[in-house]
Amino acid sequence: MTTAAREEMFTLRRRPAAEKWVDLGFRQLTLCLAAMVAIVLLAIFITVFQGGREAMGQFGLTFLTSSAWNPVKEEYGAFTAIYGTLVTSLLALLLAVPLGVGTAIFITEDLIPSALREAIGLMVELLAAIPSVVLGLWAIFVMEPAIRPVLQLLHTLLGWTPFFGTVPQGPGTAPAVLILVVMVLPIITAIARDALNQVPVELRQGAYGIGTTRWGAILNIILPAAISSIMGGVMLALGRAMGETMAVTMIIGNALNFSPSLLAPGNTIASMLANQFGEADGIQVSALMYAALILMLLTFSVNVLAQWVVRRLSLRY
Amino acid sequence: MSLQNVTISYGKFEAVKNVFMELPRGKVTAFIGPSGCGKSTVLRSLNRMNDLIPGCTLKGRVVFDGQDLYDRRIDPVEVRRRIGMVFQKPNPFPKTIYENIAFGARINGFKGDMDELVERSLRKAAVWDECKDKLQESGFALSGGQQQRLCIARAIATEPEVILMDEPCSALDPISTLKVEETMHELKRSYTIIIVTHNMQQAVRVADMTAFFNAEAVDGGTGKVGYLVEFSETERIFNSPDQQATLDYVSGRFG
Amino acid sequence: MTTSGSPQSLFERRPLFFDSGLSRNRGNTFFTGLAAVFAAIAVLPLVLVLFYVLVQGGRLISVRLFTDLPPAPGLEGGGIGNAIVGTIVVTLIASLIALPVGVGGGIYLAEYSSKGWFAQFVRFGNDVLAGVPSIISGVFVYGLIVATRLFAGQSYSALAGGIALSVLMLPTVIKTTDEGLKLVPNDLRLGAYGIGASRFVTITRITLPSAFTPIATGVVLAIARAAGETAPLIFTALFSPFWPEGLLNPIATMSVLIFNFAIMPYEAQNELAWAASFVLVIMILGANLLARWISRMTKK
Repeated sequence: MTTAAREEMFTLRRRPAAEKWVDLGFRQLTLCLAAMVAIVLLAIFITVFQGGREAMGQFGLTFLTSSAWNPVKEEYGAFTAIYGTLVTSLLALLLAVPLGVGTAIFITEDLIPSALREAIGLMVELLAAIPSVVLGLWAIFVMEPAIRPVLQLLHTLLGWTPFFGTVPQGPGTAPAVLILVVMVLPIITAIARDALNQVPVELRQGAYGIGTTRWGAILNIILPAAISSIMGGVMLALGRAMGETMAVTMIIGNALNFSPSLLAPGNTIASMLANQFGEADGIQVSALMYAALILMLLTFSVNVLAQWVVRRLSLRY
Repeated sequence: MSLQNVTISYGKFEAVKNVFMELPRGKVTAFIGPSGCGKSTVLRSLNRMNDLIPGCTLKGRVVFDGQDLYDRRIDPVEVRRRIGMVFQKPNPFPKTIYENIAFGARINGFKGDMDELVERSLRKAAVWDECKDKLQESGFALSGGQQQRLCIARAIATEPEVILMDEPCSALDPISTLKVEETMHELKRSYTIIIVTHNMQQAVRVADMTAFFNAEAVDGGTGKVGYLVEFSETERIFNSPDQQATLDYVSGRFG
Repeated sequence: MTTSGSPQSLFERRPLFFDSGLSRNRGNTFFTGLAAVFAAIAVLPLVLVLFYVLVQGGRLISVRLFTDLPPAPGLEGGGIGNAIVGTIVVTLIASLIALPVGVGGGIYLAEYSSKGWFAQFVRFGNDVLAGVPSIISGVFVYGLIVATRLFAGQSYSALAGGIALSVLMLPTVIKTTDEGLKLVPNDLRLGAYGIGASRFVTITRITLPSAFTPIATGVVLAIARAAGETAPLIFTALFSPFWPEGLLNPIATMSVLIFNFAIMPYEAQNELAWAASFVLVIMILGANLLARWISRMTKK
């Protein structure tokens, strides 16, 4: 067969110019779409930064340490909200980490039949799917009234410390911490479960082979091998807890004045934004943008730290 | 140690059946046979490692120290403390070399001088010279062959009475293999060793006794079922076996 | 078989029998019990939340709930029809923006430049974007669109709400596409190139279809998540007691309705908040189970 005859049968053997253009164009298109991530990120930063500039100029760094938030006198300081953000998220993690890691161990380490393990895993994952605002609704009408006697007891026993110095009267920091626990628990459980599942089976066998008990192996061998991923997950959860808005807003009480007590109403940056942004104008908007910038920087550093922790602590196995 | 009519199944499928065996003390016994014949399964049954595989069940008796290891009252953890195991792939713990050895001893209630035990175990496993200067480094800092000898040292640090080895050299290069084999010769003075190997030369080099396993398809079953063909002195297995199948296998006609 | 020649004095030898009184076995039982308690605590909130949402919200389910507007404060009855429509509209806008951008960006990351510096940078940026609190995306869209009255001089609008939601969806869609495509075996691509297919044809006809399941699963989950988001909508889409009036006007959504009505001192509004939670949770859990089912069906 001659070359000419073959070309008749495969009419597209010479690539038409259009096809090359499509090919190239598609590549450039996806490149632009990928670049959207960077653009959006940059745009968020610029918008928030620009919005907060006025307040930055006016209040400077005292914004971080002052707890005055007075729209009438136009005095703004975000200390109450920053304190609330840090305290609620750290306390929530303190409670959620043992619960989440314990649950993850319970559903990976062959302690119970596999059908039950999967059921628990599924339920924890579905918990992550429940919208924050629904959890907030539940917290207002069900959880907070249910735990108030417990908080009251804490006040009676520990009322002499500043952290429990006020009488619980409904919304407050403590219920917000509890609802945050509910929200970050699925993240920690899911990541810890993946990390534990990735521990090679040889390592488990090695541990059992020298006669460790099941929990001897879990605590001494398996958990240390998985610790870097678990720590990364904990940091991610911390970032999530800091930025969590709806449920916290609905139950924390949105106090404008500072109280160290966990039983008193408090505030977080996110809930302050949710509450005041719609009705604010003038310098208040700028002050809120400034606070939003602080929240962004907080979550950003926590997330970057999370990635660093995973790389730094990762053990080869 | 003896196996009396042992049949091991994964779920509904029998992996190996009707094994009778009397494993002599203070000797090296090798299990050989084609893949899928159940030799590793039998090995793992000796210290109840099969418990960790879901759906694995055993019928028959495995008698150690006058006890049926599958008696309901037996604590598998206790069994594994007295019958140690070395695995196919080196699996040091994510700890320092020193801790890799010390961990096992500590959980076994060791009351003596830990430094001395670590050195003695590493010496016995012929890896002391290579890692004496880096005891505080991670076990992963060693080469594959060194890691495997570290795992052997870890197993002997708990002073088990029997050491099971599941193809301990299959992931190693020839030089490391040679070193591990030397280690085995060293160890057989004080321990009973049972080794699974797919390398017949290795069986000839290290073992006093050899068991040949084979697998055959059974009617009505989907997979093959392993069984013990022949068990006797290594020399006899390789030079004048009783069974034709053994002769075919050791002379390289199949498998 | 008894002990061989090794020194015995350094280790205690116990009988092989299981002894539940040993400290290690007591420890084992203790830790197993502790883990069981933790797992029970972890499961408890889901059970309680579902129970209350189903009971409190379920008893209000009626046809009027889907067809009526919410009542004025102080009045009884009414429904959440406008909020249901609004949630669908806003989520749809968000999907129309985030899906093409996200899938396209994911294709670039996985197919064109999986290890280049730009791709690494975009992946990092994507992780950062995924970590941006949802309220911030509301603040962003407020500053960019609402305050500046960018769209036809309108401030709060359904479109602004949809854009705010799409910012939240984008990282998830990119990540699932990127990772879904990476799961496609490279042989498949090489095979297509081997018969002279162009990159475009290979991606659209070979790799993208074979990565359909993981991408679809991720997308369904991302949409479900967006449908329940509130924080980005409070001051972008705002709320409206009326039926939707086009994309450039404020619109009601179920999530904002729950937020607004939960903190009102009127029982009728509180009840509608529960009813909206019921509808929202059923939709979202349904989507989650659907996604799970998709991925399980194709695995077999």
